Amino acid sequence: MNIFLQILFSYLATIGFGIIVNIPRKALNACGIIGVLGWLTYLGINNGLQSSIMANLIAAFVIGGLSIICARYKKMPTILFNIPSLVPLVPGGQAYRAARYFVFGNVELGINYAVQAALIAGSIAMGFFLAELVGQVYFKITSV
Amino acid sequence: MAFGVSWGSEVLDKQIKVLTDAIMLAGKIMIENGADMTRVDDTLYRIARNGGIKNPKIFETTTGLMISVVDNNIAQVEPIQNHGIDLEKVARVNDVSREFQNKKLTVEQMYSKLKEIDQKVPVFAWHWQLLAAFIISSPLLMIYGGKWQDFLPAGIISVIGYSVYYIIKMNFKIRFVNEFLSSFTIGMLAVLAVKYHLGTQVDMLIIAAVMPLVPGVAIMNSVRDILAGHLLSGVARGVEALLTACAIGFGIALVLKFM
Repeated sequence: MNIFLQILFSYLATIGFGIIVNIPRKALNACGIIGVLGWLTYLGINNGLQSSIMANLIAAFVIGGLSIICARYKKMPTILFNIPSLVPLVPGGQAYRAARYFVFGNVELGINYAVQAALIAGSIAMGFFLAELVGQVYFKITSV
Repeated sequence: MAFGVSWGSEVLDKQIKVLTDAIMLAGKIMIENGADMTRVDDTLYRIARNGGIKNPKIFETTTGLMISVVDNNIAQVEPIQNHGIDLEKVARVNDVSREFQNKKLTVEQMYSKLKEIDQKVPVFAWHWQLLAAFIISSPLLMIYGGKWQDFLPAGIISVIGYSVYYIIKMNFKIRFVNEFLSSFTIGMLAVLAVKYHLGTQVDMLIIAAVMPLVPGVAIMNSVRDILAGHLLSGVARGVEALLTACAIGFGIALVLKFM
């Protein structure tokens, strides 16, 4: 699928989630752009390294970092930007397959996929931890 | 002399009383609408210090809020029972706190502004929310590698599923059942759509259509709260996210088992 459609669709999906959690209208566009950049990071790294854990971690890091910058710039809470942008990364596919294998009695594969979903969720969380840490270190350095 | 002092401190006491009321209301609005605890903590302490309370003690969890002002013998507790997600309210409270910090608002003005925010703030109307469900699902289907034939069915299924969720959420105060019924509806419709050749892949249809139900706010706040040391709120929200995910999963599992 071509890159323009990827950009357009990840932008739309991010904005859609922004509307559902009712973020202020003037934050919607910035939020969509962060979502696109996060998704492109994920795609690039997933294609390059073939590791979805690493791709999710770095994409979450990018989203977290950009959200902190945007929040400072627009003087709004950080969560306005990173909650909607995270949506394309959610391991829905893995969680779905886990549920399906459990239902059809294939517990082994089910656990396999459940662990994958948990690992991806964990790596997204770690990405945000790292972004937060880098942000705090940066603002500590610049404020001294 | 003595009279003067007592009169002065009475005025001050009244000021501090309004200020603590404002702080409680600000905290209540933020927690009710899905702010992370670090943000709530930061904002409340900021308002308190800017209002002249030297040593405020504030404790907040997802279900309650306590404040005590030691010097003035004031202590208040505010239980928090409603839980929704409306990040615009969080942003507004943040703005008000900033204006108060820049001395653009007095304490009374801030309090009345907070009351205004609590009462009403523009929300995207329900038809916008349904459209949003559509533009989450169909695009995600495509970027996850679905087929163009499924583009419209995924959007429509997701809109119907989300309306089930929305109607139950608006009318009944019961958690997790709305996600369960909504994902059950989505699963049924996806299976039926493929059965009658309106869609091609059940898996992709379901994965894309449940995306609007993802507990994004709970996940993110859980991560941020735990990182900041608000373990109580962090774990509570983590469990909320997990239970929501399980409710969605059970809804889908039920459909896959029996159809």
